Amino acid sequence: MTTAERSPVTGILTPVQLDYTYAASAEESRFLRGLAEGKILGQRCPRCEKVYVPPRGACPVDGVPTRDEVELPDRGIVTTFCIVNVPFLGQRIKPPYVSAYILLEGADIPFLHLVLGCEASEVRMGMRVEAVWKPRDEWTTSMENIDHFRPTGEPDAAYESFAAHL
Amino acid sequence: MRDVAVVGFAQRQMKEFEGSPTMVELLVPIIGELYEQTGWTKADIDFWCSGSSDYLAGRSFSFVSAVDAIGTLPPVNESHVEMDAAWALYEAWVKIQTGEVDTALVYGFGKSSAGQLRRTLALQLDPYVLTPLWPDTVSIAAMQARLGLEQDLWDEKTLAEVVARSRAAAGDNPYAVLSGDVSVADLLAEPLFCDPLRRHDCAPVSDGAAAIVLAAGDRARSVADRPAWITGFQHRTDAQALGVRDLTRSPSAAAAGEAAGVEGVDTAEVYAPFSHQEPILRRELGLDESVTVNPSGGPLCGNPMFSAGLVRIGEAATRVMAGTSDKALGHATSGPALQQNLVCVVEGRN
Repeated sequence: MTTAERSPVTGILTPVQLDYTYAASAEESRFLRGLAEGKILGQRCPRCEKVYVPPRGACPVDGVPTRDEVELPDRGIVTTFCIVNVPFLGQRIKPPYVSAYILLEGADIPFLHLVLGCEASEVRMGMRVEAVWKPRDEWTTSMENIDHFRPTGEPDAAYESFAAHL
Repeated sequence: MRDVAVVGFAQRQMKEFEGSPTMVELLVPIIGELYEQTGWTKADIDFWCSGSSDYLAGRSFSFVSAVDAIGTLPPVNESHVEMDAAWALYEAWVKIQTGEVDTALVYGFGKSSAGQLRRTLALQLDPYVLTPLWPDTVSIAAMQARLGLEQDLWDEKTLAEVVARSRAAAGDNPYAVLSGDVSVADLLAEPLFCDPLRRHDCAPVSDGAAAIVLAAGDRARSVADRPAWITGFQHRTDAQALGVRDLTRSPSAAAAGEAAGVEGVDTAEVYAPFSHQEPILRRELGLDESVTVNPSGGPLCGNPMFSAGLVRIGEAATRVMAGTSDKALGHATSGPALQQNLVCVVEGRN
């Protein structure tokens, strides 16, 4: 046997490509259509009265559909965050920048978004932020209509006020 | 062994589910229906187990999102299998056998229409020598059908008869995706789809979800007049490599059936997603002409992936609970060309 025949095969390449058509749920659809009009729509659980944004098919606490729609303001607080220092493929902002959990006023669940408009090192838990929307003519049925959140400069929220949402 | 019975069953099937691939919107009313059937609440369910596939949903941890449908405060005892929910039912049955729990709710869901099912299922094959060739499910089934045709194990007319009988039976099944009277001659006049299979020989790609409630002993007797007692529950598997198998046989189906004690069943719901697989299963499970096979219409009339096996057991148990059957089997399959098989035997006691 030649050396090539004796050497082990250490890897093979098997490309996998599958295409999916994602259908948004009825709740997600209302949320996305709301964004196209500059509105942030959540839903309230009829049992525990928690407000979910984006809304979901069932309250994960009670397992019942959340049907009551609630329009939420585009301002809230940073509950927790991370500073992205690592470059990766497709990155659109130069590190360091901040990904944060934003808890809108009146919502009971935070969602992930960007916090820009200040040094990454200045971002902190409890910091009050507001949405910076893209120009209206760029709005689509997308979360990206909100370009990022920026600090409002108001005094921070007390830890106890958001401790339950961490 | 503890006496364990099926005491509730609910399902939804459709050609295309319009909602999200986590199918929470479909699971909420199904679970609600089971609460109505049993008179129970979430607090009465000791254990939850589900079957689904991220490959079908096209997103990771889709089963975690589906748990929203249960509601998890206070926390629930929960598990999941990346298999048809028939195997989730098996896990729940074992869990009850351990004595740790007395009741369980098992659910399965799948939105095949989100992707291309026959390609997605190619990923269950050997990843080194088979998957790179992308032999899809229908092509593998066609090879299996061809082998049987050439050995005179079945002919085209037999296959068309399976389809015609299934479609007619599905007339009574409100969840069937396909149903109605079709003649064997008309079916045989249809063009070939994947030679030698015609389109109607293949289960329709469809979506759906289903759930079953299991309960032990007195818990079962307290909610059902005639619980469907599980007297045998077994699963077996054959080699994964297609080349080492005789594709006209399914030894694992025979072994599971024998171990589960299928003798004397009057009704059988078998998971044969291709028409020629019904004669294979009849032979392996020893089902003669006296046995009513797929009174629901079976998977040829609706094949909601990852719940269709559970549906077979649910359909069998429903007939026992209704008193139209005394002993029935539900069969589930997984893997390529009937590679892995599960048999659940249920009996009524007066």
